[in-house]
Amino acid sequence: MTAPSLAAAVPPPGLDGLRREVREFLAAEIGAGRIVPRSDNWLAGWDADFSRRLGERGWIGMAFPPEYGGSGAGFLARFAVTEELLAAGAPVAAHWIADRQSGPALLRYGTEEQRRAYLPGIARGEISFAIGMSEPDSGSDLASVRTRAVRAPGGWRVTGTKVWTSGAHLAQAMIALVRTGPPEPARHAGLSQLIVDLAAPGVEIRPIRLLTGEHHFNEVVLTDVFVPDDRVLGTLGDGWRQVTGELAFERSGPERILSTFPLLTAAVDRLAARGCPDRARLGAVVARLWALRRMSLAVAARLAEGAQPATEAALVKDLGTRFEGALIDTVRMLVRVEPDLLSSDPLARLLAESVLHAPGFTLRGGTNEILRGVVAKALTRES
Amino acid sequence: MDDVTEALTASVAAACARYADPDANWNPRLWDALEEMGVTLLPVPEERGGAGGDLPAAVEALRVLGRHAAAVPVAETALLAGWLLAGCGADVPSGPLTAALADGPPDVLRRVPWAGHAAGLVILTPDEMLYAPRDAYDVEDGANLAGEPRDTVRLRDPGALRRHPAPAGAQEFRERGALARAALMAGAMERALELSVRYAREREQFGRPLAAFQAVQDHLAEMAGETLLATVAVQAAARRPAGLPVAAAKASAGAAAGTVARLAHQVHGALGCTDEHPLRHVTTRLWAWRDEFGGEAEWAESAADHALAAGGPGLWPLLTRDA
Ligand SMILES: Cc1cc2nc3c(=O)[nH]c(=O)nc-3n(C[C@H](O)[C@H](O)[C@H](O)COP(=O)(O)OP(=O)(O)OC[C@H]3O[C@@H](n4cnc5c(N)ncnc54)[C@H](O)[C@@H]3O)c2cc1C
Repeated sequence: MTAPSLAAAVPPPGLDGLRREVREFLAAEIGAGRIVPRSDNWLAGWDADFSRRLGERGWIGMAFPPEYGGSGAGFLARFAVTEELLAAGAPVAAHWIADRQSGPALLRYGTEEQRRAYLPGIARGEISFAIGMSEPDSGSDLASVRTRAVRAPGGWRVTGTKVWTSGAHLAQAMIALVRTGPPEPARHAGLSQLIVDLAAPGVEIRPIRLLTGEHHFNEVVLTDVFVPDDRVLGTLGDGWRQVTGELAFERSGPERILSTFPLLTAAVDRLAARGCPDRARLGAVVARLWALRRMSLAVAARLAEGAQPATEAALVKDLGTRFEGALIDTVRMLVRVEPDLLSSDPLARLLAESVLHAPGFTLRGGTNEILRGVVAKALTRES
Repeated sequence: MDDVTEALTASVAAACARYADPDANWNPRLWDALEEMGVTLLPVPEERGGAGGDLPAAVEALRVLGRHAAAVPVAETALLAGWLLAGCGADVPSGPLTAALADGPPDVLRRVPWAGHAAGLVILTPDEMLYAPRDAYDVEDGANLAGEPRDTVRLRDPGALRRHPAPAGAQEFRERGALARAALMAGAMERALELSVRYAREREQFGRPLAAFQAVQDHLAEMAGETLLATVAVQAAARRPAGLPVAAAKASAGAAAGTVARLAHQVHGALGCTDEHPLRHVTTRLWAWRDEFGGEAEWAESAADHALAAGGPGLWPLLTRDA
């Protein structure tokens, strides 16, 4: 048995001041009406101007070294800033994927030229990335992707269809998982990651509307799209290992716990003013959140050390995303408001946003069933 | 279900299928067909223009309407407005009706179902019942999570409305509304389950249908259990539509609705999160209906009040009354 293990992390000194700074900035943004707090706004709130304002303050790319435009403040400082942004319900979707996932992947596997081409723009909040993993027939079974790259002079010709591609209609580039060789000796072989320029000829991006009608994700159809050799990310044929490494970053962050936190803030505000009918129920949610945050932070500390705590990250995401949904039910039990997207009462609106976005919480970035499979496999592995 | 009710639900289902218009928030053609059949005033006495049916039959019809996510105010017309008007000895006009509760003299009413499309609105205050035909009020459009109209109503001249002594109290009104929503939810859950089972058998990952994975089987079984529980609770409450049975049925159906909608989406993966997939027609209604006429919290508290009022020795008799 390989039991997952974590140790409670002590945040490095100096982060309190940083948090205070971010809080003040966000209070000013909200106060001036430049941003409106929403539930699940790291997915839904695409605001390129806001991302640029964050970039100016050095709050994007904090984990990138200064030579690539980052602040060099480090991964745990980034954790603190992203937590503050999520807790406030700020619209961070425009830079979220690039800052969390694509940037670190470029740092880890990218060439010097690739890093210089993308990282400074990401850190300024000007370059957005999309994740091209899922396909119509490849969801949980990601290794079965069929998008194929064939050799061409100076690069590759890519053909296939990606789906559920968040923000592809607004992003500049997409890191696509594609088949560059046969699935031999194992089905995970022959996969590679390519950086696809979303403005390239042959890229067609069609909206797929969420059940709320929002245009968030897309179908990206690639027809004979040319990708030059210098846009292969990392090692040819090593795509599976690279992608699964990326997932530890994708899965353990505070956005797997805090998507509905703005709703809790509004509810506690109301309950503090008008009385809380069931303090044990409210307290249970607060206590759970307190503990889950520590867990996410402990994984972050391991990631900051360069480890790849994949099992622990899967556990954070399973527990955290279920918490995001359970929080909604607790609020419904304590505050009697009907969810209403059009309401002028922020609580009714936040409740509606939370309810309507909840189905995605336990799907995106790997479903909870698959995550539990990952955990169970690790637990029962002979060591 | 008796033969008459079975025939009735079959024709309601046929009409729903024939006039299906899943994206509309008001389906007048379906309404006309249902009105023709007598479903829209099913439990209203015949001498008042109704079909003289009973609540259990009405609940069965609502289940079918819920299953088809039908955009028609049958619950409001048949169980609330028609009931109140008939209770006052007034004739029940044809066409869709709606109803609202007011704490005092009405002026502005909020989240009134289909007020804009209704032929008239019945308002129940603590001591009076008022009838406002459509030309007596203005409407500001609102919606629930499924896009069904939940409008803000402004009465033009409340003093000029026809009034009657209140035929029932607010509690009874809310109980009937809650029962109707529970019945609609039971139907919507059946549909969510059916779509999930079908999808789990069709969609393949890792070279097998989703239905072959134990985790997915577990979801389907849980959905089936919750759906059945809600259905039976609603049917039982329809036979004794007040007090604990209604509280228990609405609280149980509301809780089941949350579970069934969550698991249906989980089984459908990203596809279910899109506006093109029919799952949303029922799940958004489940999320809306569970909070209308009181959510689980309110009805669970009501159930607790009934239990506490009965006291220890009275609890078992309370639970076993009539069955
Ligand atoms: C809001 C949102 C944003 C997204 N953004 C992106 C994006 O930007 N880029 C991208 O590439 N993808 C994105 N996705 C797609 C996401 O990664 C997939 O939804 C996810 O991987 C699941 O795939 P699927 O939807 O095809 O479901 P399926 O794989 O078809 O699964 C359906 C159900 O079956 C279960 N299941 C499947 N296999 C098994 C098994 N072996 N054992 C037990 N249960 C199983 C699943 O857990 C799930 O409950 C997004 C999804 C959402 C909801």
